[in-house]
Amino acid sequence: MKFRSRNLIAALLAVGLAGTAAACGGSDSGGDADAATQARGAITVWLSNNKEEVAWGKQMVAAWNSAHPDQKVTAQEIPTGKSSEEVIGAAITAGNAPCLIFNTSPASVSQFQKQGGLVALDSFSDGKQYVEDRTGKTAEQYKSTDGKYYQLPWKDNPVMIFYNKKAFAKAGIDTAKPPLATYDEFLATSRKLVAAKAAKAAIYPAPSNEFYQSWFDFYPLFAAETGGKQLVEDGKSQFASDEGTKVANFWRTMYAEKLAPQEKYTGDAFVDGTAAMAVVGPWAIATYKGKVEWGAVPVPTSAGKPASETFTFSDAKNVAMYSACKNRGTAWDVLKFATSKEQDGMLLEGTGQMPLRNDVAGTYPEYFAKNPDYKSFADQAARTVEVPNVANSIEIWQTFRDAYSKSVIFGQQDPGAALDGAAQKVDQLAAQS
Amino acid sequence: MSSRLATAPSPTGSARPAGRRGLLGTVLGKQPIGSAFVAPYLVFLAAIFAYPLAFAVYMSFHDYFFTAPGAIVDRPFVGFDNYVTVLSDPAVRRSFLNVGIFLVINVPLTVILSLVLAYGLNSAIRWRTFFRVSYYVPYVAASVAVVGVWLFLFNENGLVNTVLGPLAPSPSWLVNSKLAMPTIAIYVTWKQLGFFILLYLAALQNVSKDLYEAASMDGAGRIKSFWNVTVPGVRPATTLVVLLATVTGANLFTEPYLLTGGGGPNGASASPVLVMYQKGIEQGNPDIGSAIGVLLVIGVLLLALIERRFVSKEDR
Repeated sequence: MKFRSRNLIAALLAVGLAGTAAACGGSDSGGDADAATQARGAITVWLSNNKEEVAWGKQMVAAWNSAHPDQKVTAQEIPTGKSSEEVIGAAITAGNAPCLIFNTSPASVSQFQKQGGLVALDSFSDGKQYVEDRTGKTAEQYKSTDGKYYQLPWKDNPVMIFYNKKAFAKAGIDTAKPPLATYDEFLATSRKLVAAKAAKAAIYPAPSNEFYQSWFDFYPLFAAETGGKQLVEDGKSQFASDEGTKVANFWRTMYAEKLAPQEKYTGDAFVDGTAAMAVVGPWAIATYKGKVEWGAVPVPTSAGKPASETFTFSDAKNVAMYSACKNRGTAWDVLKFATSKEQDGMLLEGTGQMPLRNDVAGTYPEYFAKNPDYKSFADQAARTVEVPNVANSIEIWQTFRDAYSKSVIFGQQDPGAALDGAAQKVDQLAAQS
Repeated sequence: MSSRLATAPSPTGSARPAGRRGLLGTVLGKQPIGSAFVAPYLVFLAAIFAYPLAFAVYMSFHDYFFTAPGAIVDRPFVGFDNYVTVLSDPAVRRSFLNVGIFLVINVPLTVILSLVLAYGLNSAIRWRTFFRVSYYVPYVAASVAVVGVWLFLFNENGLVNTVLGPLAPSPSWLVNSKLAMPTIAIYVTWKQLGFFILLYLAALQNVSKDLYEAASMDGAGRIKSFWNVTVPGVRPATTLVVLLATVTGANLFTEPYLLTGGGGPNGASASPVLVMYQKGIEQGNPDIGSAIGVLLVIGVLLLALIERRFVSKEDR
């Protein structure tokens, strides 16, 4: 009997805990967002962990602080976690996110927005105007489904094909204008490279299953093949098409002929000389310095489009303002200061990444005259495609990756059929807003 | 001993009958000081295990997602919808099958190897301390570092395939849908062996030398005395090893996350916890993640009950 009554008490405690949990779930209270938009004072910002970006961020903050001692900005690197997005999501939930994060992934914006974690930049009188004036037509891709901007398009890393000139020379391939424009040329070049043992792999995109890996194999080529289509447009998936199937079949051939390995590589296969090519943006140039003699060309298309017509994936990172921010007036001013022509120029100088502003090459002619290697990336920056800003963005990319991995990388299903199956699921996910 | 003290009549004869002790007496029992001693741990358990578990159960029955403080959102009760979604998802079903394969390989292998090695390390052998430390090092080493070594060993051009030559599997170990999970199971067995060896070493100290002498006088050799004296002698430790290996194995995450690039190839090594992480944290569906977690807890509890029934039958 005594045992039973203790069990009863334990059960009551458990129910009480569940009840507390239920109460916590519904105990949200509102805040005074309008007052915060005008408020000024000290703020905190988070920077990416990239060494060059941290250096840029520190000088930007120092410059701001010296001019605004009453509105002090404190900068720190994003705390360590499995991914920046996971850390930011946790900070939103905990209510301790900083005012600005200079490393917000566009793919996560819809999720953060759903969490109530972001401030619409349109809530500032000049917010929309500033975004569109700075970035131009490209800004449209960063609008959320409610028509507002919850992110400021900051900088992109247009993905191109890097090639190792020494490896190409060893295989007897022209290093000035390598034949990589069409799928047939790319495959023939890849076969030559591997046959000549110039490198173990022609190219080594990460074959692992993380949702974002398709941004560096399928998506750039899909953007190029379709002339700038996103994975999902107007709530409908776009990849189960002739163009999507062509891209998938191209990569399938690369994997089937072992020109691209199926196994995860630890390290940088391009730097190590294991792969003769890489699909990456200009941020990587700093890591190649003194290690690889490289060249870069646009991603291939089936018909071999000229560079001036070739689109690619942007690999952009943006700045977002988080709803935990109390001094939003200061945060908005800092955001404009950090993305001014001067600071964008310093970002370009320090990191080699392209500020997401109109006519980068024309805005910073001296930089590109001094650094001609970066010129092709600046040209490419005018034709980039972002990940779609839709509900369930990450789930959509994981669904796509699962289908791609099964069919293209491991050849367990016809790529066309796999894309069709994934398209149905993606359409359902995109429809949930 | 303690139960005898607890039931001993009071010297003053003032003890009240149990039925009249009131609610406080019922809650605190006959040893209130004892309850006070265990209270901190009870609070810890409630805060760190019971509350999150209860919250997970709550989330699994609602359309739940994490929000910023102050965000007003609707989180309606959805009944078993999340469970239906989870159970009709081939990726989730596959992950449960994968962890089943893992446990079938990992648990028996852990028990057999750790017992045999502990028996060996308990004997008077040369370099005994060196071996004891060697087996324990992988357990205390950071998974990330050790995974790097295994990637080097088991990749297509790794040491293992080089040694095997033409016998090397194709596709290679970690990208082979039939071999990826067994490879992870062997890796985890190796990594955790040191801890389980320690448990058995402690248990072996309690097996009386007299039993070995008696077995020897009866003509038993080393194998017979191992089977008839050691194995029954460490049965309580075996129960513990089986339960711990099952619980830790069912919570497998780091290895498929790092060793096979997120549960690859094609989900062949995805574990329920990895899928829970992907759906609950990465994709922002903690309700779905919680439903997977609740099913996993139920599964592990059932498995633990079955194991306990079979392994520790002579203790009960």
